[in-house]
Amino acid sequence: MRLNPFRRRAFPGDARHWPGLFTATAVFFAYVYLPILILIALSFNENRTVTVWTAFSLDWYRMAFANRDIVGAATNSLIIASVASVSSTTLATLAALRMASNDRFLGKTGINAVFALPITVPEIVPAVATLMFFASLGFTFGLGTVIIGHIVFCIPFAYLPIRARLEGMDPNIGEAAADLYANPVQAFWRVTLPQLIPGILSGLVLAFIISLDDFVTTFFLGGAGSTTLPIYIFGLVRTGVTPEVNAISSLMLLLSLSLVSLSLFLGRDQNRKNGPG
Amino acid sequence: MTRAGKHTLFRILLIGPALLAITVFMIVPLLLMAYISFRGRDYSGGVLWDQFSAEAYVRLFFERELDGSLALNLNYMFIILRSVWLSFVTMVISLAVGLPVAMFMATRDAKWKAVLVFMVTLPFWTNLLVRNYAWILLLRDHGTINSTLIWLGIISEPLPLLHNSFAVAVGLTYSFLPFMVLPIYASLEKIDLRLVEASFDLYANRWQTMRRVILPLAYPGIVAGCVLVFVPALGSYITPELLGGGKTLMIGNLIGFQFGAARNWPFGAALGLFLLALVLTSLWLYARRYRGELEGGR
Repeated sequence: MRLNPFRRRAFPGDARHWPGLFTATAVFFAYVYLPILILIALSFNENRTVTVWTAFSLDWYRMAFANRDIVGAATNSLIIASVASVSSTTLATLAALRMASNDRFLGKTGINAVFALPITVPEIVPAVATLMFFASLGFTFGLGTVIIGHIVFCIPFAYLPIRARLEGMDPNIGEAAADLYANPVQAFWRVTLPQLIPGILSGLVLAFIISLDDFVTTFFLGGAGSTTLPIYIFGLVRTGVTPEVNAISSLMLLLSLSLVSLSLFLGRDQNRKNGPG
Repeated sequence: MTRAGKHTLFRILLIGPALLAITVFMIVPLLLMAYISFRGRDYSGGVLWDQFSAEAYVRLFFERELDGSLALNLNYMFIILRSVWLSFVTMVISLAVGLPVAMFMATRDAKWKAVLVFMVTLPFWTNLLVRNYAWILLLRDHGTINSTLIWLGIISEPLPLLHNSFAVAVGLTYSFLPFMVLPIYASLEKIDLRLVEASFDLYANRWQTMRRVILPLAYPGIVAGCVLVFVPALGSYITPELLGGGKTLMIGNLIGFQFGAARNWPFGAALGLFLLALVLTSLWLYARRYRGELEGGR
């Protein structure tokens, strides 16, 4: 990291070595990661008192996998997240294909604002609004209503990375395809789409994670038989902390962490081009 | 069909489905919510559709006595003020922690930058409920923090860390801190370190350099970060629900309560509309000054 060892502490004008920055960053990462690590560590704790470490054990994981309610909730979570992420990514991809082009048309800014709406508004507001909407229409609350709610708030999570990927593409490649006598349809299937696939997959995985982790929308739009893992965990936490919750929670954390790493890996080219953040 | 006509049809076919989904299942429900806030309350949990009523808005400030007269009741206002206050505190703490972290990140070389951005982003994608639950384990009477302090002999009785405003502020900061770090980092990332050196060459000290050089460069990121922390904190539901322990309610919980045990949909709708108005106003004020930044800041 240090290019010149003689400049280590030499010059106060070197902003890289200002005092406090490193300490603040270390404290920050401890604050962010320690609670997660403690939770995971405690899930392997043999003891029932949850916070005092006694010995290593996989019992709570065994109990969690043997619990039919948990398996049922996990199944619901996976069904909802799969349907919601595939549907929202399909909708988002179609829209991004048109919205990413440079031409301006009436309402383009407005449409972009609408696509960002589900992530700008605090989730509780559309959740209860949709609850009233479905109730007025006489819908039965269950998996179907939850899936509709999830599709809507997953759209921006899929849309933004796909559009970014499209905007980062070299327009010359499309022109090159046209020069080589590809018609627009061929150019799309042979040139644009293959380049876009990593962006689409990245958006799909993000939408999947967001749906899998959702609590508020599922809580208000759910009904009998649509209990997901977060809803189940919430119910358990309310009645008291148990080591089983630690085990399921840790599994959910690890699943999200591996999925997001996958998504960022898939979308990495676009980061390199546009800079991170 | 004309070329222009084809173009329009193509556009509708591509953008239409997503636009329709958000319009029907989000914008229409929000409009319905505004309408319901002016309808009568059905005590069995629902709405008296044919009855106009501003009762929901009256309820924000007054309580109706048994004889029908109004008495001032600021309990709800108190919850709203607490939500704004807690979100503000969260924002200030996040800024105090986030700014040096962003500066540290922005002054590393490219390889480290990528690693640090990844590490800051990662927790955002993990389950919010689980992350807040982890704080219960830490803050409980027999939790990690109290056990450690007692073991060290610093305290003899556990400190009341959970189920109060402190716990909620800790949880909110924990939930939304990355939203402060990333935009500030983004605005500092391209900073030319020679500017800082030049400032020192001109006999500025660290404090002056900070105030005159770094803060002005970081300013757009700071404003974006403040909005991105304040807005979701204001509308948070899970954190006060879990860490506030039913006593430290925020607007989000008050709204949720109207659709559960309280069965007062028009009041819930009015509160929802109020929260929506607060959020959209702060976003609009922000967007008016910093057009185009909003989309960059995830």
